[in-house]
Amino acid sequence: MTALSALVRRDIRIALRVGGGALIGVLFFLTVVVLMPFAVGPDLALLSRLGPAILWLGALLASLLTLDRLFMADHEDGSLDLITMSRTPLELACAAKALAHWLAAGLPLIVATPVLGLLLNLDMVATGAVALTLLAGTPALTFTGMIGAALAVTLHRGGLLMAVLVLPLSIPVLIFGVAASQAVIVGPMTFGAPFSILCALSLVSLVIGPFAAAASLRHGLD
Amino acid sequence: MSGTTQGKMQLSGRGLICVRGGREVFSGLDFAAAAGEAVSVVGRNGAGKTSLLRLIAGLLVPAAGTIVLDGGDGELTLPEQCHYLGHRDALKPALSVTENLTFWADFLGGERADPAETLATVGLDHATHLPAGFLSAGQRRRLSLARLLTVRRPVWLLDEPTNALDVAGQDMFGGLMRQHLSRGGMIVAATHAPLGIESRELRIGGVA
Repeated sequence: MTALSALVRRDIRIALRVGGGALIGVLFFLTVVVLMPFAVGPDLALLSRLGPAILWLGALLASLLTLDRLFMADHEDGSLDLITMSRTPLELACAAKALAHWLAAGLPLIVATPVLGLLLNLDMVATGAVALTLLAGTPALTFTGMIGAALAVTLHRGGLLMAVLVLPLSIPVLIFGVAASQAVIVGPMTFGAPFSILCALSLVSLVIGPFAAAASLRHGLD
Repeated sequence: MSGTTQGKMQLSGRGLICVRGGREVFSGLDFAAAAGEAVSVVGRNGAGKTSLLRLIAGLLVPAAGTIVLDGGDGELTLPEQCHYLGHRDALKPALSVTENLTFWADFLGGERADPAETLATVGLDHATHLPAGFLSAGQRRRLSLARLLTVRRPVWLLDEPTNALDVAGQDMFGGLMRQHLSRGGMIVAATHAPLGIESRELRIGGVA
């Protein structure tokens, strides 16, 4: 456990220091959402109808923005070699790295959501619903995205490929995340059904992601 | 791990074939290193010195042949009992010298020495709070050496270890290697320059 918590603490520390990249995602999220009302126009009803979708799209793209560096940085400076050789199973090390990435880059997006909800004419309940769905859904984005990040290391310069591989996997998360938020705002669906599926997607990716990423890294050893 | 089991340790490889990118780098390679012995791997550029070290470290898979560590800790795999010091030094520029070292000590686990003491040994005790990004190449190498000292591993795999070290640094490193060998450790080093300690020569791929 010391090994894993050391890895989580290191990754968070690096992400939060200057040039670490944790803030890049939040800034991107802010930019997309702040610009949206100017593009859509001052129709408040339309804004609040589009609000959850805009927030979700912004969060999805922001969380993928920094994800391709998840293993690349460690690969370039040789840390990945030592992590592979160590007594900690590679699957657990991958899970720890993804957890650290989510804490440093995913959680700030959820914290920023209430502020951005104001710009999109969302009331307290709607904002709360979006924040809750993001909390349940963004781990799925990180843990499936991790598979693409591992492949990007294996295939060298696979940054673009990662987007192509990971985006289809994140479509179900987007669909059910927005559906659950819309259910609260306009109905007539219940919140429970899409939200349960969203949680299930996250739980499945928590299990599959680390194994797939570790398998990909082992296969790509060179 | 007690001293008696270390005394009987032996690292050996038999009939190793290494293929990279469809090209056979070397074939039919045998080597052995007993406890307290150093092997210096020599050969021209591209002969496969680094490949051999990465095979032992489990970072490459041999096309044929086996590598075993007799007398080691039975519950651990060979890579888990190795230190690998490669061209890339596994240091994070954003973290301080101490943070880099304590991270690896915590992550790698096992028997460990005090990081502050090993930093003093390699001559970095004046720079402990400096971010690793500000270190010179030689200082980075010294910090990597501190990792080998802080976390105890019986086998050291060193790839051009004396690169970037000044003369005093090479002397210091020679002393550290001798100390490691006297404790029953093993060293396999790929090198062009003389290693500075007594070692058995393993030549790969003809005359350099």
